[in-house]
Amino acid sequence: MKTKNNKSATVAGKLALVCVLMFGFGYLLVPLYDVFCDLTGLRFTEETAQLVPQEFTEDTSRLVTVEFDVTRNNHIPWDIRPANRRMQVHPGKVYTTSYIAKNTSNGVMIGQAIPSVTPIAANRHLIKTECFCFASQTINAGEEVQMPLSFMLNPKLPANVNVVTLSYTFFDITQSASVEDQLNAPTAVALN
Amino acid sequence: MSTVAADDHHDHVESPYSIKRWLFTTNHKDIGTLYLWFSLIMFFIGGFMALIIRTELFEPGMQFVDPQFFNSMTTMHAIIMVFGVVMPAFTGLANWLIPMMVGATDMALPRMNNWSFWILPFAFTMMLSTLFMDGGGPAGGWTLYPPLTLQTGDALPFVILSIHFMGLSSIMGAINVIATVLNMRAPGMTLMKMPLFVWTWLITAYLLIAVMPVLAGGVTMLLTDKFFGTSFFNAAGGGDPVLFQHIFWFFGHPEVYILILPSFGVISSIVPTFARKPLFGYASMVYATGSIAFLSFIVWAHHMFTVGMPLAGQLFFMFATMLIAVPTGVKVFNWIATMWRGAMTFETPMLFALGFIVMFSIGGFSGLMLALAPVDFQYHDTYFVVAHFHYVLVPGSIFAIVASVYYWLPKWCGNMYSEGLGKLHFWLSTIFVNITFFPMHFVGLAGMPRRIPDYALQFSDFNALATIGAFGFGFSQLIFLYVVIKAIRGGEKATSQVWENAEGLEWTLSSPPPYHSFTTPPVIK
Ligand code: HEM
Ligand SMILES: [Cu+2]
Repeated sequence: MKTKNNKSATVAGKLALVCVLMFGFGYLLVPLYDVFCDLTGLRFTEETAQLVPQEFTEDTSRLVTVEFDVTRNNHIPWDIRPANRRMQVHPGKVYTTSYIAKNTSNGVMIGQAIPSVTPIAANRHLIKTECFCFASQTINAGEEVQMPLSFMLNPKLPANVNVVTLSYTFFDITQSASVEDQLNAPTAVALN
Repeated sequence: MSTVAADDHHDHVESPYSIKRWLFTTNHKDIGTLYLWFSLIMFFIGGFMALIIRTELFEPGMQFVDPQFFNSMTTMHAIIMVFGVVMPAFTGLANWLIPMMVGATDMALPRMNNWSFWILPFAFTMMLSTLFMDGGGPAGGWTLYPPLTLQTGDALPFVILSIHFMGLSSIMGAINVIATVLNMRAPGMTLMKMPLFVWTWLITAYLLIAVMPVLAGGVTMLLTDKFFGTSFFNAAGGGDPVLFQHIFWFFGHPEVYILILPSFGVISSIVPTFARKPLFGYASMVYATGSIAFLSFIVWAHHMFTVGMPLAGQLFFMFATMLIAVPTGVKVFNWIATMWRGAMTFETPMLFALGFIVMFSIGGFSGLMLALAPVDFQYHDTYFVVAHFHYVLVPGSIFAIVASVYYWLPKWCGNMYSEGLGKLHFWLSTIFVNITFFPMHFVGLAGMPRRIPDYALQFSDFNALATIGAFGFGFSQLIFLYVVIKAIRGGEKATSQVWENAEGLEWTLSSPPPYHSFTTPPVIK
């Protein structure tokens, strides 16, 4: 009987260890997911954002429509609109445009824009050399700002993609910015 | 309570009416009884919530409850049914049956057994109390997707903590099952001689240990995202809400097999008894259960075909999901082959088992339809999904639990139940369960979304029908309650074997069995 009890305690101990490991595995899924998304080009990464544009030659034979879109998360009280709703661009050439945002609340607010690109196939081919989404944006009450954006389409963009939509979602991070100091820092925020 | 009669001659057993006995018991039968009663009470609470949902959906328009409350009813109903009814019922069955089936005195870790049960009432009291908090109970769906779930009011930390407790309870239950099966088997009871109920539970227990901690991790991330400034799922801080869906379904799909595998064991015990033939393909049943468990880890993204996955991912998850139909089919065919040319009789447990085989298969087929990635874009988040999982869970898991109660109740309490009432319970349940859930296939295919309190006019008739069915089903369960109480209180005495052709060690013990099952190990042929 005694030995059976000891054996059971050993089994229980081992299984408890498995539980702890699986709890850790749940957390491991977080970096794994990022790696997976990078590998498949599912989302923007810093890498795509920092590619050097000179490597590319302009493809004047091709015109691709780039559409600009914006969403306000949780009704953030900002009036935001793209300066251009759509542009016709040649892959391989850098273009500059901007978004205009006005803080309609009566306090200073910090916002963070998160980009997303459709179709998925275009994700890794839309290269941003400068973007307001690289850092958070602080806007005073009632102030209107112009937020620049420079981008280029990689000429390797699959031939069947003729329209690329670049959509930004603006999040109010006024609260959490104080918690997470790095969001205020001038360095680019990781977009993955 | 069912052990009353047996206990009288055991001097160290306290009276069944003493609270202390039930609070401090480490006896597998007592704990099994507690689990089963807990599950039945939660079944009526969760069922009451379902009737609130169906009442609101009887007609289009907003009649009785406000949308927020409606949503918290769908959320709570699901959490209660999954974690409060099906899982505790199977753990209760495991407690009652596994020691008897493997020829042991008790579970391997009796004290932990007591803890794993008594955590549950606390967890669910906490969960139910959130209904009275500022902002109401959780209303973002049992899947707890952020960011919606993070908008829950004061209830959120309580909900998450209670999920932690439910997870802890089921992990401890699972550890106990594994330790019992590995260490407590009577000499000669080799693994491949174990009844299938023990096998399926052993595999279920491993699934629980593998995935409950992942759920715990996921909900902890929700908690820190909300209160401690982390950004696991917050896009503004570099996180991604879709990540939560991956974590949740990595738990969630194995979880649905946790809810069904023990039923397979139950059905594999009942069918041979009433077909008077040994189970067809015992070994293939064991391997099929193992493969289902393995496959369940690599199909989770079939719940999220629409999030924007690469084509290769969709194809992988689609084919992997369809592959599960193969071992599942093996099981269904084995049951049918067991019945083939058998001398069948149709007592209540057998009726429920047959109902299970037919209606679980309907749920399996709608699952296959949902597994087809291209068409899932139409079906996803509609009532078709609701029809699917209710077919596998109600006439599936719940019928299996009810079948086991009818099958083993005479063993547990020593008295036969009323066969006439049992059959009435079966037929009413079967008719009403189909009236409730079959129309949901149609409204789902026609586009009615799930989790909404109001709907377009063209769905009215089928919804009214479903509501009538739901009330019929709900009230039929009172018959069950009555039959169980009546049998516990008395009735025709059951023999040790109870059923003419029942095989297995539990049938060699008296009915009701002694408080400590096998004090001397049985001889296994
Ligand atoms: C042949 C076996 C099965 C297949 C192929 C299958 C397939 C699927 C698929 C593809 C979905 C996702 C549908 C969608 O959201 O668009 C789903 C949902 C679901 N299935 Fe199954 N399934 C099977 C068996 C089961 C079993 C045995 C259970 C539980 C006992 C189950 C419970 C559920 C539940 C609860 C959901 C809905 C989860 C939610 O979104 O709330 N399924 N099933
Ligand atoms: Cu699934």
